[in-house]
Amino acid sequence: MDWLFFGEISLAGLAMGGLYALIALGFVIIYKATRVINFAIGEIMMFAAYLFLAFAGGLEMSPWVALPLAVLGGSILGGVIEKVMIRPMLGESPISVVMVTIGIASILVGLVELLWGADPQLLPRFLPREPVFIGEMYLAPKIAYGFLIGAALLILYLLYFRFSRGGVALRATASDQAAAYSMGINVRRVFNLAWVFGSLAASLAGVLVAATGGLSPQFGAIGLSVLVVVIVGGLDSILGALIAGVFIGWLETVAGAYLGGEYRMPATFAVLAVILVIRPYGLFGTHEIERV
Amino acid sequence: MRIGDAKQTYEADEAIWTSQTQKLWFALFLLVLLVFPFMANAYLLYLGCLVGIAVISTTGLNILTGFTGLISLGQAGFMGVGGYTVAWFSLNTGLPFPITLLLAGLLAAAVGILVGLPSLRVKGLYLAIATLAASVFLHFIFAEWESVTGGMGGLSLEPAHLFGATFQSDFSMYFIIVPLAVLMVFAARNVFRTRIGRAFIAIRDRDISAEILGIDLLRYKLMSFALSSFYAGVAGGLFAYFYRVVTPESFPLSMSIFYLAAVIVGGMGNLLGGILGAAFMTLIPEILKLLTAALTPFYPNAPVFMSPMLEIIFGALIVGFLIFEPHGLAEIWHRIRRFFSLWPFRN
Repeated sequence: MDWLFFGEISLAGLAMGGLYALIALGFVIIYKATRVINFAIGEIMMFAAYLFLAFAGGLEMSPWVALPLAVLGGSILGGVIEKVMIRPMLGESPISVVMVTIGIASILVGLVELLWGADPQLLPRFLPREPVFIGEMYLAPKIAYGFLIGAALLILYLLYFRFSRGGVALRATASDQAAAYSMGINVRRVFNLAWVFGSLAASLAGVLVAATGGLSPQFGAIGLSVLVVVIVGGLDSILGALIAGVFIGWLETVAGAYLGGEYRMPATFAVLAVILVIRPYGLFGTHEIERV
Repeated sequence: MRIGDAKQTYEADEAIWTSQTQKLWFALFLLVLLVFPFMANAYLLYLGCLVGIAVISTTGLNILTGFTGLISLGQAGFMGVGGYTVAWFSLNTGLPFPITLLLAGLLAAAVGILVGLPSLRVKGLYLAIATLAASVFLHFIFAEWESVTGGMGGLSLEPAHLFGATFQSDFSMYFIIVPLAVLMVFAARNVFRTRIGRAFIAIRDRDISAEILGIDLLRYKLMSFALSSFYAGVAGGLFAYFYRVVTPESFPLSMSIFYLAAVIVGGMGNLLGGILGAAFMTLIPEILKLLTAALTPFYPNAPVFMSPMLEIIFGALIVGFLIFEPHGLAEIWHRIRRFFSLWPFRN
């Protein structure tokens, strides 16, 4: 076995996993606060990446201006979606809410195709190009720097949720909505904030992932891998999202490199199936006890 | 004028027909179905067959998702099992189509039971993801098990044949698909008049209460999965005979979402809704095509916008129905019916 090759593949996989973790975090924030499974997360990523393309490519802004603008655009999109389409669904069955997000995903794909066409596009280069070596192992620079930026945002998020007012409000709402409400927390605002923050994480990850692999209206399919991540980690666990994200990213890349690209999805879904049998609520998810 | 209908016995409540008028309209509807292929042109016939297949599959998914409350994102996978079964048996054994279709349904049902196994442990969205995983695996098998499925190239099959007659044209396929669709919807209607169907509904309404009432959850959930996949398998088999080719791409994930959307737009847990939803969702792209064709003389690049517009309309329909008309087309239909049966009163 070629350990150098394995190391390089693993590193690339772990870096990709870091980005998965970031997206999964966006997913978990929304779920934790609002109990909505957001199937449109991949499409929100895609939308932000196209915004970046428009700002940096079309309007020729500096990528470092375009990046925050695109991420901002993606977060606003998340907020608007919550206000217009998710809020009216409050109290409806989870099936209905999930289907609404699937509908939103379809609308976003159509919009993007309408605005930017259906052909794949390349994002303008903005990350440094010097190859990165860790020991003797080569790591593609786009992946390495993408991982660093993603990790920085992850740490910011964790600090925010731990210490800020907004973060505490969000955690309070997640643990007991009615109690949070009666303690004067504006639950509606928290819901909206959760969507904004969740979409923010996804948007940043979207631009970074698109920068490494290109962009097309099918880009949102990456949301499926993220679904696997959050189910394995546990829908409502931030820690679970991080660990499962890194693991699934690694597994997907290694399976792709050693068995062939067509094995990427079955490999991750096999892990998912095993987890569902052993721990149906994910590795770190909360086991809800139901009463009549 | 026919104001409401008072039901005084359980039999009356369980009856399929609540009034003479209903029977009359249904007879008329059957007559239209019978006359349709002789009047319609090739295009309408093609659409008629597509709607028929969609009705079968939607009814199946409705049993599982609408009546039993188990969300499934695997419908296209089950249809694929049906399609490949039909293709394999007709290529390798030359069995006539009624038998291959039955086998398609049974094999799909077996796979459905397997996929449904986690349904006692996980539910709601975890189950939806589990069915999604199943359809990923099925897709993988379709693409990779080349000796049986023909790999990415798929399988081409001979037209359906029975007693020396071959069913090659859309016209002849219509006479397989549509009667089968009517029959299977009726079968589903009858399931919900029995103990089994009632158990499904109890599980949907609150599974823990249902269990306390003595319903064996695993058994009935698996039964629902089996029944639903049986419908999907038959629909997939018809699909294979209709296009006479099956490839892994014939049954994409988006197809599962399409059927889920059809169930929702039509009305979850309502068989009439399933029919309306299937017809509506199948016809929307065609209507859009006609519209684009009509617009092209004025806006030459109208066709470019068609496929994205279709995505947007598809999504907007799902979102719009769920927000504004959660009971779907069936509810609209009931409102219209109520208007006529209550007239001259308003409500």
